[in-house]
Amino acid sequence: MPHHGAYGPLDDIDARGMQFRGARRIRSMKLRLGQIAYARSGDKGAAANIGVIAHTPAGYELLRQRLTADVVELFFAPMHPGRVRRYELPNLGALNFVLPEILAGGAGLSLRIDAQGKALGQVMLEMSIDVPDDLLPQCLP
Amino acid sequence: MDDVIRIANAQAFWGDSSDAPATLLAQQPQIDWLTLDYLAEVSMSILARQRQRDPTAGYARDFLDVIQSLAPAWRNGSRMRLIANAGGLNPRGCAQACVAILRGSGCAGMKIGIVSGDDVVEQLRSDPTCQHFCNLETGATLTGILDRLVSANAYLGAAPIVEAIDAAADIIITGRVADPSLTVAPCMAHFGWRSDDYDRLAGATVAGHLIECGTQVTGGISTDWLDVPDAARIGFPVVQVSRDGSCVLSKPSGTGGRVNARTVKEQLVYEIGDPANYISPDVIASFLTLCIQELGDDRVQIGGATGQPPTPFYKVSATYRAGFRASGMLTIVGRDAVPRARRCGQIVLERLRRAGFEPQRALVECLGSGDSAPGVLPRRDDLHETVLRITVADERRDVVERFSREIAPLVTSGPQGTSGYFDGRPAVREVFGYWPCLIERDRVQAKVDVLEV
Repeated sequence: MPHHGAYGPLDDIDARGMQFRGARRIRSMKLRLGQIAYARSGDKGAAANIGVIAHTPAGYELLRQRLTADVVELFFAPMHPGRVRRYELPNLGALNFVLPEILAGGAGLSLRIDAQGKALGQVMLEMSIDVPDDLLPQCLP
Repeated sequence: MDDVIRIANAQAFWGDSSDAPATLLAQQPQIDWLTLDYLAEVSMSILARQRQRDPTAGYARDFLDVIQSLAPAWRNGSRMRLIANAGGLNPRGCAQACVAILRGSGCAGMKIGIVSGDDVVEQLRSDPTCQHFCNLETGATLTGILDRLVSANAYLGAAPIVEAIDAAADIIITGRVADPSLTVAPCMAHFGWRSDDYDRLAGATVAGHLIECGTQVTGGISTDWLDVPDAARIGFPVVQVSRDGSCVLSKPSGTGGRVNARTVKEQLVYEIGDPANYISPDVIASFLTLCIQELGDDRVQIGGATGQPPTPFYKVSATYRAGFRASGMLTIVGRDAVPRARRCGQIVLERLRRAGFEPQRALVECLGSGDSAPGVLPRRDDLHETVLRITVADERRDVVERFSREIAPLVTSGPQGTSGYFDGRPAVREVFGYWPCLIERDRVQAKVDVLEV
């Protein structure tokens, strides 16, 4: 499986979603974003947006710090998302990402099977994210 | 006057369940207004084509089936009223067809309001260098596509719908109207809100945003969809809006699906940009002050919306001819399914080129291998089956026609395990580009008429 760096998708985590690093004391675990958040995506003209909603307030704070626009842009880089913009919705525990060019022409012109960006939320939830041990229980639903 | 108004949605897009409106009314008779949404961004281009062939067409004909299905309830005294943007490019033609159906169904005396004036194609054509008509996304000037312009419609707000409600219309048929305005209008009429009651308008706009996509807020497309109960009988959403603009979202009791804080939050972030500035023709709403509270029993309260005055523009959704497209699929089964499928894709494109038809755009996807998010989803090349999808687009119809004839030969010349060629040649479809722009409000004249059945 090609690896995409720290934020590439993870499909080799164990059943508890934890990854242990040798014999060293565990300081953080790699989780799938979908374990601490849920999402919804769609299109608006040529742009797509992905709303990512944390299950818990601690999870939101973690995402607010780590899930920056740059991280999302890097994750989707192979699909040429354009300059990603991020908006915070602290009252919902949510972040909204706008990916202006990811649909390669938008619903009308894109040749892709997912011309409307409906799958991008599911794809994003596959991103791997480091969660510090002490935060983990507060981030899970 | 009642302290609340109950507004439902039973049609999220053209193609949604035609049974839904009558089913919803049977499930929950105490509904004041039913809203139905038929118009996606490029729907007007399809309607423009239909109207070219037949001047009496140009609206969503499926809507007539809905009227037919609701007629018995109205004949039996239902007080539920209806707002639908099914009028498309011909709201009057749509209304006249409804009058005929309702007359034949014993519903004499009902009033049908018509909201038109959203069609601004002439305004665009006569002033193509106007800076506001530049593409909002690309900045390109309209002159580049002027000769291919098919439709241009301004997103009207709640005001003309309120006018139709005040004229005692039972059914209101519109062309292009901002989706949340279908919900805002009955709230304004019912509570007597002014057009500068921005916080209340924002609340109703949020309510409209939540229900405009139908079952998307009652469990449909939710992240945990697999756990949604009784999904085959998923209920459509109902909002009960209060005088202060807050609302309680629910679904008819006994239906499938789910309404909780999660389904509401997911739909709140659906197809939005800046959540502090959700722009509608009625108000600029902020989602950042919203307060979501689960009440149990598939009911969620949403309050705290705040609003600012709307912009001096209407948004315009224009469409233009952008060539042709066809997409063909085959299923390739067996060892090395993905490399064999990719080879098939290359063969089709090579044959097309050899025949002298170099397509402007082409894409080969091996579905199942991660190609729906290419390079981002983990790539899987070790599959024992994959769906090969080849898509070609070109301004020249003959290129795409020729492509559509190059798929079938693979059934005998391609890899062993090639299956799924049932439907014949892929259809060649005309492609319409989307051109979002703005128009000053004073260049748009909304018009309201009322017909009596």
